[in-house]
Amino acid sequence: MLVHSRKGKLATWALFLVLFLPLFALPLLVILAASFSAHWSGAFPSGFTTGHYEAATRGESLTALTTSLVTAVSASLLALAVGSWAALAAASLKNGGKRVLDTLFMLPVAVPSVVVGLAVLVAFSKPPMILNGTRWIVILAHTILVTAFAYQSVSAAIVRLDPAYEQAAASLGARPSYVLWKVKLPLLLPSLNAAAGLCFALSMGELSATMMLYPPDWLPLPVQIYAATDRGSLFTGAAVAVVLMAATLLVLFGVSRVRTRASYR
Amino acid sequence: MSSGIRFDRVSVAYGKNTVLDALDLTVEPGEVMALLGPSGSGKTTALRAVAGFVRPASGRVFIGERDVTGLPPHQRGIGMVVQQYALFPHMRVAENVAFGMKAQKVPKSEIPGRVAEALDMTGMASYARRFPRELSGGQQQRVAIARALAIRPGVLLLDEPLSALDAQLRSGMLGELARLHRELPDVSILYVTHDQVEALTLADRIAVMDKARLKDCGTPQELYRAPRTEFTASFVGNANLLPVRVGSGAVSFGATDLKVDTGDVAQGATATLCVRPHLVGLGDGPNALSGRVAEVQWRGATHRLYVDVAGERVKADLRELRTPPGIGDEVTLHFAPEDAVLLGAGVTDG
Repeated sequence: MLVHSRKGKLATWALFLVLFLPLFALPLLVILAASFSAHWSGAFPSGFTTGHYEAATRGESLTALTTSLVTAVSASLLALAVGSWAALAAASLKNGGKRVLDTLFMLPVAVPSVVVGLAVLVAFSKPPMILNGTRWIVILAHTILVTAFAYQSVSAAIVRLDPAYEQAAASLGARPSYVLWKVKLPLLLPSLNAAAGLCFALSMGELSATMMLYPPDWLPLPVQIYAATDRGSLFTGAAVAVVLMAATLLVLFGVSRVRTRASYR
Repeated sequence: MSSGIRFDRVSVAYGKNTVLDALDLTVEPGEVMALLGPSGSGKTTALRAVAGFVRPASGRVFIGERDVTGLPPHQRGIGMVVQQYALFPHMRVAENVAFGMKAQKVPKSEIPGRVAEALDMTGMASYARRFPRELSGGQQQRVAIARALAIRPGVLLLDEPLSALDAQLRSGMLGELARLHRELPDVSILYVTHDQVEALTLADRIAVMDKARLKDCGTPQELYRAPRTEFTASFVGNANLLPVRVGSGAVSFGATDLKVDTGDVAQGATATLCVRPHLVGLGDGPNALSGRVAEVQWRGATHRLYVDVAGERVKADLRELRTPPGIGDEVTLHFAPEDAVLLGAGVTDG
């Protein structure tokens, strides 16, 4: 405990609430309020309605939700596979090689995602690989953007993994591939899981690169929200945003449940 | 399957830092060899060279007749137990023990029987369904041993297996290990430790290591009663080492003449006289040494006296004294001529 006195604790809590509420909680609460209101002319919204949700959970909004979920799940699974593979490979490299890989995988985070989007657009609009105009270009861009996070969290977990487990397994006669599947990956499972959750959440909310790439038949939810607010349907946009938030939190909650069970093992 | 271990001039270096220098050592089939030395002496490196986790810069390692120097660890047929046990936390005890057999594709029908056998041998049969985190340190240790034995290795490598246990458990496990070895007389054991008691209790032979080199090798009795180097004498049994000048049938230590067997050490040479603290007595006697008490430690059953004699600090372990001397008192110590070993100058740095 950093603060011991009762007064000090109260003051700290007060400071926390003053900082936390306006910055983190209130904007989200405002979205929630807006999604249920018919008018908003004064300081507070008025006229309770669930009508916006009827629009937000049907038709093109529902399609957009499915699109987002499919994109996010595919991108995070791909990113997890690629990122873990690279992290495992990097761990067995000498210092120099590992640094090169670390830097390479940091690039998509360091570069603004608009630039990544543009790069993907330019790279895959000409033969031999034309992905422009297909859903694959969106999934590809998301994968590139989130792989960095998968790589980093798995890398960090590998560093923490005691090499004694691997060595004990090898001394018992297990081939390296057997050690990987039966010992290393199960021990890394909690981190893989956390990485998957992070990738999923990032992909669900990705807008800037997606804006440059999405084809008409593959319109993710953030683009839908942007489009709705852009044409002035603020309340519908708010309802769709709440749906996006709820869907993401629901999946993250499920993922974290799996994680606690994995780390308990 | 019985197979020994042979080191043939094995050197290991990390960059320019030599951590094992031309080790020549043979562990006979069925023998328990302790590698004894302080940390950084190269003993663990030697064990890891047998396991295949370090690659020798030069020299060969043999297990039985087989040259394993270039083989990856999983093809070497060894059992290994390390200090922190490294039980797989996501597997139950029985799965841990079965791991090696599954990895080596032992027929499925055989595995449960052999798991039960290995757990029986280490007294862990009733814990088969537990996870490692539900076991105490001593129990985890037994499971780690069962896991290593279940693959029926010809060679068992033990790397400081008892150092994470408290003193009482440790002496119990020492007895267990001795019993296990009696039950498995064909298994050669390489036992790395920094604890001389473990080495003296368990080993058929002890290899004493220091600064990447083998200093001495022999049976515990040989090393204890007649150490060949100063390092062995002080590391095994914490002996007093007194600088002396050799005369005929006697040596002079400061102004005192001491009667000892000078063996083949040349007259007039300087040498080191090695006397075990528990063989030093208080009071006058043959080979008397007078000095001033520098420190008194009560250790329950014994008193340890540190006495400054002619510029050297002499240790004496005495059965508990009714009236121990105080610090600064003048006392006389003695030892029997046959209890001292003279180390010639030529062998002081093995």
